[in-house]
Amino acid sequence: MEPWWISLIKAGIIVNLVMVAFAYLTWLERKGLGRLQNRYGPNRAGPFGLLQPIADLVKLVRKEAFAPSSAIDLPYILAPVISMFTALAAFSVIPWGSGWKIYHWQVTGEVVNVPISLLLIFALGSIGIYGFIVGGWASESKFSLLGSMRTCAQLVSYEVSLALSVLGVVILGRSLSLVDIVHRQGVTLPFVIPQFVGLLVFFFAGIAETSRAPFDLPEAEQELVAGYHTEYSGMRWGLFQTAEYINLITLSGLMVTLFFSGWHGPWNLGPIWFVLKLLGVLFAFIWLRATLPRLRYDQLMRFGWKVLLPVATLNALVTAIIVAAT
Amino acid sequence: MSPQPVSTLKGFAVTFRQILKKPITTQYPEERRPLYPRFRGRHRLWTHANGLEKCVGCSLCAAACPADCIRVVAAENTPENRVSAGERYARIYEINMSRCIFCGYCELACPFDAITLGNEYELSEHNRDDQIYTKDMLLAEPMKKTPIADPAIFDTPIPYYRSDS
Repeated sequence: MEPWWISLIKAGIIVNLVMVAFAYLTWLERKGLGRLQNRYGPNRAGPFGLLQPIADLVKLVRKEAFAPSSAIDLPYILAPVISMFTALAAFSVIPWGSGWKIYHWQVTGEVVNVPISLLLIFALGSIGIYGFIVGGWASESKFSLLGSMRTCAQLVSYEVSLALSVLGVVILGRSLSLVDIVHRQGVTLPFVIPQFVGLLVFFFAGIAETSRAPFDLPEAEQELVAGYHTEYSGMRWGLFQTAEYINLITLSGLMVTLFFSGWHGPWNLGPIWFVLKLLGVLFAFIWLRATLPRLRYDQLMRFGWKVLLPVATLNALVTAIIVAAT
Repeated sequence: MSPQPVSTLKGFAVTFRQILKKPITTQYPEERRPLYPRFRGRHRLWTHANGLEKCVGCSLCAAACPADCIRVVAAENTPENRVSAGERYARIYEINMSRCIFCGYCELACPFDAITLGNEYELSEHNRDDQIYTKDMLLAEPMKKTPIADPAIFDTPIPYYRSDS
């Protein structure tokens, strides 16, 4: 067991790393989307537009955070904070290395090793939804309220499939702890092979859960412009966006951990493998966004309840039967 | 038509192929696409070869202007102070570029071809007052910022007002 202050230092490092990763994920996404659509993407601020995230941050912080006069102050201000907090907190249980011996302290490769870390991530994700619904409701605007209803209906629907899709992994890994699941994949094989169906369900549900194209109905930037955060501007809006992107990073990290054996890989590179796999998954998300058009709302709901949920349930059942039989 | 999943996957191949190509974006301030020769941009007032202004201050351009952005104040030519070839000349000739819609009616209305529309379109200023172009500015040669495509590739005769008068 490591002393509490080591966890604190690790938490500080991880929070900052995730924030930097978020900033450069926006750059990567804009650049990647640009190249996938035969244009340059940001290329003015610094070499290859590398200073673009910093320029965006300065712009957002200096911008007036306009609030509607009828907005209910406390929840209105708190909503983006809730989303941001849950997004950042969820990353703390994802293991990114095997652990190191520094001086005479054994430092583990995650901020905290919670025995039910998988459940914790889903619980934090559910609390994060409060940020969206409270934000839309406290704006005291009909469009924001409708937008938050739309968002929540989507997130709640797809959370079911998301949680069910990892059941197979839990059965194979015989633990709810992400550390144990990664260790199990290290000694056997990455769960992407026995759980390919689970991976597909997790991927599709994950796209919807992070509200990205083709399931980006909560924002629908081309025709609805924005949903729950219509009345937000400046850095409050920025916090919602940050939360969304950090959720994407967390979800991709979870996918790497659950299905692609986390930090395991040849030559024992640890965190480097984790980051490489993470980048691969993130590129898949960006590629998807560049290619597919948005679904209609009824198609979204039908896909979630009539396709993903039965497939996820069947996958969990079949895995349970096979594991029990052998 | 291939079945839906196959065509979706083909779509992924199409987007991925774009990465290998060079982006087609024109990097605007560095690269400029040539303009069509008859593009209507910043106005120009013309003079005769002997230095006299073509404008006689008749205000027909101001009357034709749908945006009401031209202001002309005429004055009499005197033997000591002969500015234009006609009886009168434009003592004040101003165009408010923030109101102008670049319709070209002023050059149609002008009986002496004194005003024409040129090719310059980079007319941004930090201040609205700077958008008001005075006669001196309109008489001066505009800074050549944009290349103009070779008129020979279009079906455009050399405008008669470009010929000597």
